[in-house]
Amino acid sequence: MEQQRNAASLGMWVFLGTEIMFFGGMFLAYLVYRYWYYNEFAAGSRSIDVVLGTVNTAVLICSSLTVALGVKAAQLGKRKTLVTLLLVTILFGLAFLGIKGKEWYDKFEEHHVPGTSFSAQDIIDKYPQIPIEPAPTQIYFSLYFAMTGLHALHMIIGIGIFCFLTYYAWKGRYTPEYHTPIEIGGLYWHFVDIVWIYLFPLLYLIDRKPLK
Amino acid sequence: MASPAITAEREHYLNTDYGIRSWLFTTDHKRIALLYLVTITLFFFIGGFFALLIRLELLTPAGDLVQADTYNKLFTMHGQVMVFFFLIPSIPAVLGNFLIPMMVGAKDLAFPRINLLSWYVLVVAGILMLHCIITGGADTGWTFYTPFSTAFSNTKVIEAGLAIFIAGFSSILTGLNFVVTIHRMRAPGLTWSRLPLFVWSMYATSIIQLLGTPVLAITLLLVVFERAFNLGIFDPTRGGDPLLFQHLFWFYSHPAVYIMILPSMGVVSEIIPCFSRKRVFGYSAVALSSIAIAVFGFLVWAHHMFVAGISLYSAMIFSILSYLVAVPSAIKVFNWTATMFKGSLRFNTPMLYAVGFIGLFTMGGLTGLFLAALGIDVHVTDTYFVIAHFHYIMVGGAVMGYLGGLHYWWPKISGRMYPEWLGKFAALTVFLGFNLTFFPQFILGYLGMPRRYWQYPPEFQVLNVFSTAGSTILAVGYVLPMIYFLWSMRYGKVADANPWGAAGLEWKTASPPPTSNFEETPVVTWEAYNYDEIPAPEEVPVAG
Amino acid sequence: MFDNFPLWPARASTGAGNVDALFIFLLLLAGFMTIAIFTMIAVFAFKYRYRPGHKAEQIEGSIPLEITWSIVPLAIFMVIFAWGAIIYFQERTPPRGADEVYVVAKQWMWKLEHEQGQREINELHVPVGRDVKLIMTSQDVIHSFYVPAFRIKQDVLPGRYTTAWFRATKPGTYHLFCAEYCGTSHSGMIGQIVVMEPAQYQAWLSGGLTSGSLAANGETMFQQLGCPTCHRFDVQGRGPLLTGVFGKPVQLEDGRTVIADENYIRESILSPSVKVVSGFKPIMPTFQGLVSEEQLTALVAYIKSLSQPPSGSAGTPRLTPGTKPQEPKE
Repeated sequence: MEQQRNAASLGMWVFLGTEIMFFGGMFLAYLVYRYWYYNEFAAGSRSIDVVLGTVNTAVLICSSLTVALGVKAAQLGKRKTLVTLLLVTILFGLAFLGIKGKEWYDKFEEHHVPGTSFSAQDIIDKYPQIPIEPAPTQIYFSLYFAMTGLHALHMIIGIGIFCFLTYYAWKGRYTPEYHTPIEIGGLYWHFVDIVWIYLFPLLYLIDRKPLK
Repeated sequence: MASPAITAEREHYLNTDYGIRSWLFTTDHKRIALLYLVTITLFFFIGGFFALLIRLELLTPAGDLVQADTYNKLFTMHGQVMVFFFLIPSIPAVLGNFLIPMMVGAKDLAFPRINLLSWYVLVVAGILMLHCIITGGADTGWTFYTPFSTAFSNTKVIEAGLAIFIAGFSSILTGLNFVVTIHRMRAPGLTWSRLPLFVWSMYATSIIQLLGTPVLAITLLLVVFERAFNLGIFDPTRGGDPLLFQHLFWFYSHPAVYIMILPSMGVVSEIIPCFSRKRVFGYSAVALSSIAIAVFGFLVWAHHMFVAGISLYSAMIFSILSYLVAVPSAIKVFNWTATMFKGSLRFNTPMLYAVGFIGLFTMGGLTGLFLAALGIDVHVTDTYFVIAHFHYIMVGGAVMGYLGGLHYWWPKISGRMYPEWLGKFAALTVFLGFNLTFFPQFILGYLGMPRRYWQYPPEFQVLNVFSTAGSTILAVGYVLPMIYFLWSMRYGKVADANPWGAAGLEWKTASPPPTSNFEETPVVTWEAYNYDEIPAPEEVPVAG
Repeated sequence: MFDNFPLWPARASTGAGNVDALFIFLLLLAGFMTIAIFTMIAVFAFKYRYRPGHKAEQIEGSIPLEITWSIVPLAIFMVIFAWGAIIYFQERTPPRGADEVYVVAKQWMWKLEHEQGQREINELHVPVGRDVKLIMTSQDVIHSFYVPAFRIKQDVLPGRYTTAWFRATKPGTYHLFCAEYCGTSHSGMIGQIVVMEPAQYQAWLSGGLTSGSLAANGETMFQQLGCPTCHRFDVQGRGPLLTGVFGKPVQLEDGRTVIADENYIRESILSPSVKVVSGFKPIMPTFQGLVSEEQLTALVAYIKSLSQPPSGSAGTPRLTPGTKPQEPKE
């Protein structure tokens, strides 16, 4: 059992390593274009809702807290507490997705979704002092949707995993001796949280100081 | 070491359960290895069929067999199928899956169900790829360069990209399983320095699979998104950069070539000592060189981009690093040759493939030195010189290592011997056919014939004809083993546990092994390749 | 089929010999190593073949040997690297005063324009013994300009200029290939480089129809697009002065300094807000979609001509700022 737990844990860490490489490619693209098109990235960043983004960050951090407490509950054999915490985690996850959905909807309304109906004119008009080109602005939004989209997909997968975990926890499958799935599920959730911690400042917080 | 008596009633992993469900829902790493064997063999022949069509078209300078668009799809699909659905899985998923648990003295891999999942993932990807091919295929080249692939090609780029994206997960899961197994499940007494070199090379391969494949995944995903949602990340008319694609793509695809060659090197490291009856010369050097190749392999990707428009100075850095990565490979070749020195050499089929590997890999690797030289690369990149170079390594190297490994471990896998004289004949056919196919291509490349050309100026014809002739011989060499391996499963001579007198835990169990591999967990108290202690086959008294 | 069976490409440029020299060295080295390994294996196969009673000698390894056969190859590799790098450096550093030819690649043809205005499709006439610098861009996907006889190859990218150069040494006709897969007719995107004696080349130059030198056409475009409204020549206008700007460093408003090369000029016309000159407002409109690649090369050639010394190195008429454009000559 110990060997299994060890193996599972190592396996999840290795898998998270591959996830870092996966997101890493997009972060690299982001870094290159941000260096080249700083003004457009800053303007695009100001056009997304930092309040909603901050709320989402808080939601995810709280969800990581409930996950950590859940692991502790599993270690102590507290089934009801574990199930509650897992459910709360799922709720936080859903809340995150809901808020993100609202943000995306706003972008859709503002014609900031890349594609044929994209228009950066409102952003260009908003900052007449600053040189902004429409094409690089579209790149900012392409990356915004790609990165938050991929992150949201991982969240959905995470919520799915946690649904399974909640069900099995409710059925009493996890004991102080065996709660490996909770631990490695927790690792995965923490990872998705950490990706967001990087995404948030990179996407939302470029140059938020007051304009000159 | 007497081998367990083989009777028709003995239970082993093949006869322990019958029926399609027992195969499709198995978690036995040995059965999964055979599932993979069937899958990748199918894709090998599909990819090979495309190659044959390409070579037939190139018999004449004019484009007269197929249309230009069709030709462009042929070389694209040949590359995609061969790289992602044959080469990358081949040794890891077949030989690695079968052997690693046994070589480390374990009952199975760390995550048997994930192992089965990895096969299903490859099958799903394969079905998508086949559908893509049947409904027209992509024509971007296996390299998917933008903006052609994102904004100009009107073929099934999204489907091909998604198929490869999914296949990548199979690779990642396999690598994950191997890393955890090798770290956590070695038998008592089996320290890292006692591991077979095949395990070392599989470990290095798995590291590359884990770190590199996700980058390909995201790169292809971005291409798919760009096509599907009209983004502009790689589109220069919208501020994007086509070179960014190339950097991201080659960051995986260069280490990918090491995924394809390291396992073969591992196979050769097993075969040579066995058929020389000697321990490997310089075990630590060979083991560490595998790790060195894995690490350095990540640092050289832009040597595919010397004329792509990168800066002069980055080109120089990547050129130097490319020479550094050549050194560990050279070390291996020297150590293998030294292993044969003062040995007691036999040239059964596996040994023929292993020695063929050394020769052809040496030639292919040496031509890598040409390509790493900036001044030469400018002239020969994107020509048949590069095609010859990588086929020498992929086919002359990796595929010969794979075939050698299949022959070497066939008795263990199937409990039967393949017909030796046919094996030798096929090996020689492959060697000759291969050289005739690809050596002329070095000359064609230096002459200036570019790659991916459907039609070409007439002065290139003679060499192309040689090349096509060779490819037909090569095809025969590949079809033969398929036939006689199948034949041997019914009519081959029954093999005992260790027909080669080889070292390694996998030879200490019956052929074919029981489902749980070993009757009880072995305890290892000896060094690897202890050929001073193991008698050669002729010296073992024959029972009955 | 057998009357045309070359095994070595023609050598027709100053660089080709250097590339061949390194190649031959590598051939000898690789040939030597291959023969050495093959021979050793063959000798071992015979000398140490299995014979009853003949036992293998267990040899663990040898650290000195490992070190030797790591260091020696590495040293040889460094020599090869340096040699190749020197050739590459020469290949990528066009000499000053070279004749310039602008190349626009598109699916599936090469459009070339000499400075003097001669246009060619899939063919390039050049004189023997003159440095020729190619300034290339693509209208669509990535192509690659490859002349095996000169041993030069350079990818041609959409959205920027890349350069290559050569000096032809032998009159004759040589293949021009596209070497980066670009779609259906990639293998049809071929042409020829026609190297002529200087006298013949002069004759060819004046024989054809041209529509004015590139720079003159560029000046016409410059006027037509209304550029002098802001880029005045008499006083400082709303846009930076363009006389003498080409090839010099430019300070940008975000603090960076860039060199005003062909790519900078092109980008300034298509995406002016990406690099704004320090001290100026970002009011220049974009001309993306309003100028073709050929028109862009003409504009670039014109702006370059504003930095050329009066003696004119390539036969471009000196255009005095403020004068009306002349009618196309020739």
